[in-house]
Amino acid sequence: MPQEHRLILKHIDQSGYTPDFDCYARHGGYEVLKRVLALTTRNGPDGKPKSPQEQIREEVVVSGLRGRGGAGFSCGMKWALVDRKSGKPIYLICNADESEPGTFKDRQIIYKDPHQLLEGMVISGYANDVHLAYIYIRGEFVEGAQILERAIAEAKSHGYLGTNILGSNYDLEIHVHRGAGAYICGEETGLIESIEGKRAYPRIKPPYFPAVLGLYMCPTIVNNVETLCAVKHVVEMGGTAYASLGTPNNTGTRIVCLSGHVVRPGYYEIEVGEATLRDLIYDPAFGGGLRPGRRLKAVIPGGVSSKVFKAGEKVRIRLKQPDGREGEREIDVLDLPYDFTTLIAAGSMSGSGAIIVLDDSADIVAVLANISEFFAHESCGQCTPCREGSLWMAKALRRMTRGEGRAEDAAYLMHIADNIPGGRTICAFGEACSWPVQSMVSKFKDEFVAKGKADQARQSKEAA
Amino acid sequence: MTPTHPPSGMARESASSFRHEVSGSSSTALGSPSTPPADAIVVTVNGQKVVVPRLMPDWTGKLAPTTMLQACAAAKVDVPFYCYHPRLPVAGNCRMCLVEYGTPVLGPDRHAVRGPDGELVINKSPRPAIACATPITSGMAIYTDTPGVKRMREGVLEFLLANHPLDCPICDKAGECRLQEYSVDYGESASRFVETKVHKPKQVDIGPRIVLDDERCILCTRCIRFTRDLVGDDALGIVNRGSYSTLTHYPGRPFDNNYSLNTVDLCPVGALTSKDFRFQMRVWFLKETKGVCTSCGTGCNILIGSRENRVLRYTPRDNGAVNGSWMCDTGRLNYKWIHRPDRIVKLGGSRLPAPAWPAALAAVASALRNAPPSSVAIVASARQTNEELYLLRKLAQRLGAVSDSVPRSGEPDRWLVSADRNPNSAGARLFGLAADPMGSNVPRFAQGIRTGSLKTLLVFGEDVTRCGLGADLLAKLETLIVSDVLPNPTTALAHHLLPGCAAVEKRGSFTNVHGRVQRVFAAIDPPGDARPEWEFLRDLVMALTGHAFPDTIEGLFNQMAGDVPALHGLEWAALGDAGLTVPMQSRTPDNEPR
Ligand SMILES: Cc1cc2nc3c(=O)[nH]c(=O)nc-3n(C[C@H](O)[C@H](O)[C@H](O)COP(=O)(O)O)c2cc1C
Ligand code: SF4
Ligand code: SF4
Ligand code: SF4
Ligand code: FES
Repeated sequence: MPQEHRLILKHIDQSGYTPDFDCYARHGGYEVLKRVLALTTRNGPDGKPKSPQEQIREEVVVSGLRGRGGAGFSCGMKWALVDRKSGKPIYLICNADESEPGTFKDRQIIYKDPHQLLEGMVISGYANDVHLAYIYIRGEFVEGAQILERAIAEAKSHGYLGTNILGSNYDLEIHVHRGAGAYICGEETGLIESIEGKRAYPRIKPPYFPAVLGLYMCPTIVNNVETLCAVKHVVEMGGTAYASLGTPNNTGTRIVCLSGHVVRPGYYEIEVGEATLRDLIYDPAFGGGLRPGRRLKAVIPGGVSSKVFKAGEKVRIRLKQPDGREGEREIDVLDLPYDFTTLIAAGSMSGSGAIIVLDDSADIVAVLANISEFFAHESCGQCTPCREGSLWMAKALRRMTRGEGRAEDAAYLMHIADNIPGGRTICAFGEACSWPVQSMVSKFKDEFVAKGKADQARQSKEAA
Repeated sequence: MTPTHPPSGMARESASSFRHEVSGSSSTALGSPSTPPADAIVVTVNGQKVVVPRLMPDWTGKLAPTTMLQACAAAKVDVPFYCYHPRLPVAGNCRMCLVEYGTPVLGPDRHAVRGPDGELVINKSPRPAIACATPITSGMAIYTDTPGVKRMREGVLEFLLANHPLDCPICDKAGECRLQEYSVDYGESASRFVETKVHKPKQVDIGPRIVLDDERCILCTRCIRFTRDLVGDDALGIVNRGSYSTLTHYPGRPFDNNYSLNTVDLCPVGALTSKDFRFQMRVWFLKETKGVCTSCGTGCNILIGSRENRVLRYTPRDNGAVNGSWMCDTGRLNYKWIHRPDRIVKLGGSRLPAPAWPAALAAVASALRNAPPSSVAIVASARQTNEELYLLRKLAQRLGAVSDSVPRSGEPDRWLVSADRNPNSAGARLFGLAADPMGSNVPRFAQGIRTGSLKTLLVFGEDVTRCGLGADLLAKLETLIVSDVLPNPTTALAHHLLPGCAAVEKRGSFTNVHGRVQRVFAAIDPPGDARPEWEFLRDLVMALTGHAFPDTIEGLFNQMAGDVPALHGLEWAALGDAGLTVPMQSRTPDNEPR
């Protein structure tokens, strides 16, 4: 039976655990940072001397840590891509915009263990020669921002932040930057524009890859809150030990946010890939199953922008067989291990780690209408397909929920959705807004067509 | 023949039609060498090989990695675009220029793999790329004509039209609207859209010269980038999000900088229209003639839009060496006087023998012929063409006349507007008509009239009563010969009044403050008796000197260029559309390179 493996959440929700400095220090806080700052240049296995910074970055590479913000990009690789020769300052940005519907993990850390995030950031900043870092926090987290400000002041007064940290000669300032309530501010280049004081219009890539031309056109690292906390544990345990958690290519632990029609919604930290969707939904240690008398209808596995899985859906993917050999197998989507690679192979993604469970009480047209309304509201409006497509889809679905559906609306919606993703837009919001439509309409086509036909039948009766 | 060309936004803006960009050589120019020069890259566009420089000028003119769009232009393959403009920072937001592409497959030795036919093996990218912002790499294969690209273009157009109002019949941009053009070229005939369109503000008065229709706006941000990044006036922006995004101006502040009307040209649709021009004329009825703005010494290149002998608008004509794609609002709107009802359209003056040119010129010639040397002075205008100034110089030499012109200056801005508000001060200096400093001879003329040594004055295009030669002085002259376009106190006192032409009514050339010699062509006919000054000056000079002068502008220019060393033997034909620069002998604060 898979169990939670609390690394980041270790102390969170323990009784008496408070977000202040003293409590963090009592629980071994900032010890990893002390070790990091005491590192000296050492010769690597190849005989070449390695600076403390290089040593940390190498541990992160070895750990296999993948970003927890949504894309699952290798953290070690992201850091390796940073332009260190430009002579410009390197910035670190913690993405605390947490806006993907269904996601509520970063806020646990911010509200309940802010010093863990700060420690992760100082370590990451040190490893990348950063002297100015930002925490971009979503505007709605008013108290979260205050908690972070307080934590920063505490860390500074104890010498863990600011100039000459712990006498090491290393300086790092962290600014908390509050968003004003826009989902697109979570997209890293939109976020950067927002910090620069502009509308959060995501930038075109090329040429504006943050690692080269990021904040103020300087090399910039953007990492999710959870990723930066994980860095602390990677350094604490060592990359190899961290990589032994989870499954190959899907290492470590991650926090899963379970919501919707389950008995025990909440956040659970698991070793990546060690639990299946079925475990997470039904296991008493996690979701604890559906409400009495309900049947599973669908699972949105990685935030509302991920493609839906239909209950009973089978996928053919390459998987390790029980005997250890790899082979292609057809399995029920519920038996997919909850990780990065398998879910992508199965045609969806684990995204931000938000699992939304829908039972048979859910009207899929209404669900999609709700999701599309969100995306129409949140599209930044910069590029044509997303700007016009997101509202078009929402309007069509709004019309359907008003009882003015048409039999051809399923095809109509697919036509719109098909013209948005796949690199047609500036940022991945194009995928985010069209994938739910593509997947729900195609997998639940019958329901959309039936709804349209019923509406038309009723309307023509009323007209007669 | 007057060179004109049809209104065509496309021709003005393609990635290759820009002077600073034509350095891109196509395979036709270079052939298809098997080994391109070190600073060139071979790519294919729809299978056709093209050699392009590794670096080409970006919007600032600086060399930057060559883009797919530039490579396509070099291959003479059209790629549609809305938000891209060669002289604006790239935004990449319209997505109209999406293309498919592939890159060479690399073998284990990191070298490109070639197939049995010797061609590179291409690995097609699963994702498209925007041609306007994506740099090319060696061996890249760009596809603009695949079913996938066709679908993407149709998709973008369908999205743009989804919320677009059905305004074409009443839209001022119809005929030069990119949305119309591309819908015909790349769109589908029927829209699937059955929802209610988004409604946005219409007829918004965003400034003294511009009206905005937000429903027509396709949010390409060209206007925003222009005023923010080129003018330095962050006056326009977008409010609201998603499909409700709405272009607007800074609250409480009109959009009124002196370059605002360039946004009307830039706007690919009918969202921004010029109050001056809107509803005046359907653009397809306009004749467009190449000219030069004469409101300051910069000499911005323009297209004169006219119809039936009326000038209806000026629009900037691209010239990277002078004005980029821009002009100032002051210059653009300074054409109304051409059609003022009080234009001088008749031969006149108190001694006009008969209302006909031959008689009028004979009278002038005989007055001049009888004038003793050093009793004649000429006030030439630094608004006249080189050819006219050249002929005036000949006249001055023949008569032993002293001459000068009238300086005209104002505040320069940090961009195009020159402190010198004359279009041809350089010419007036070049041909030795202007004193140094310009205008410093005029007080001497006054003195001469007062003492009676100066008896005959020729005045071209200036009201000398405003610069020290008051009516009382002019009344003392034996002969006052004046040529002008509009009436003023000087023309009122003329013994011989010869109606002249606006620059748009004649051919010739001007020399700007940096020494650039640029041609102008006649867009409309002169009204009434008015004749291009060079024509009657030529008659006069021939009558007085007995020397022949060519009777065409080409001939006259070429003779002048051979005659005047400062023109370095330029030739009319060689000036082309963009003009050529001659070294200036003297540097004034005005012609200091900026
Ligand atoms: C539309 C959109 C919204 C996003 N929102 C968030 C967000 O709220 N929080 C976040 O950490 N990453 C978000 N991302 C992902 C970020 O762009 C970026 O990949 C991430 O912050 C990188 O951190 P990581 O590598 O540590 O995951 C979003 C991406 C897109 C396209
Ligand atoms: S895809 Fe959508 S959110 Fe992203 S830049 Fe384009 S309009 Fe904005
Ligand atoms: S007003 Fe015209 S130029 Fe400006 S954003 Fe809209 S369409 Fe583009
Ligand atoms: S800058 Fe000078 S030449 Fe150019 S448009 Fe303005 S007035 Fe005319
Ligand atoms: S021209 Fe608009 S995206 Fe390239």
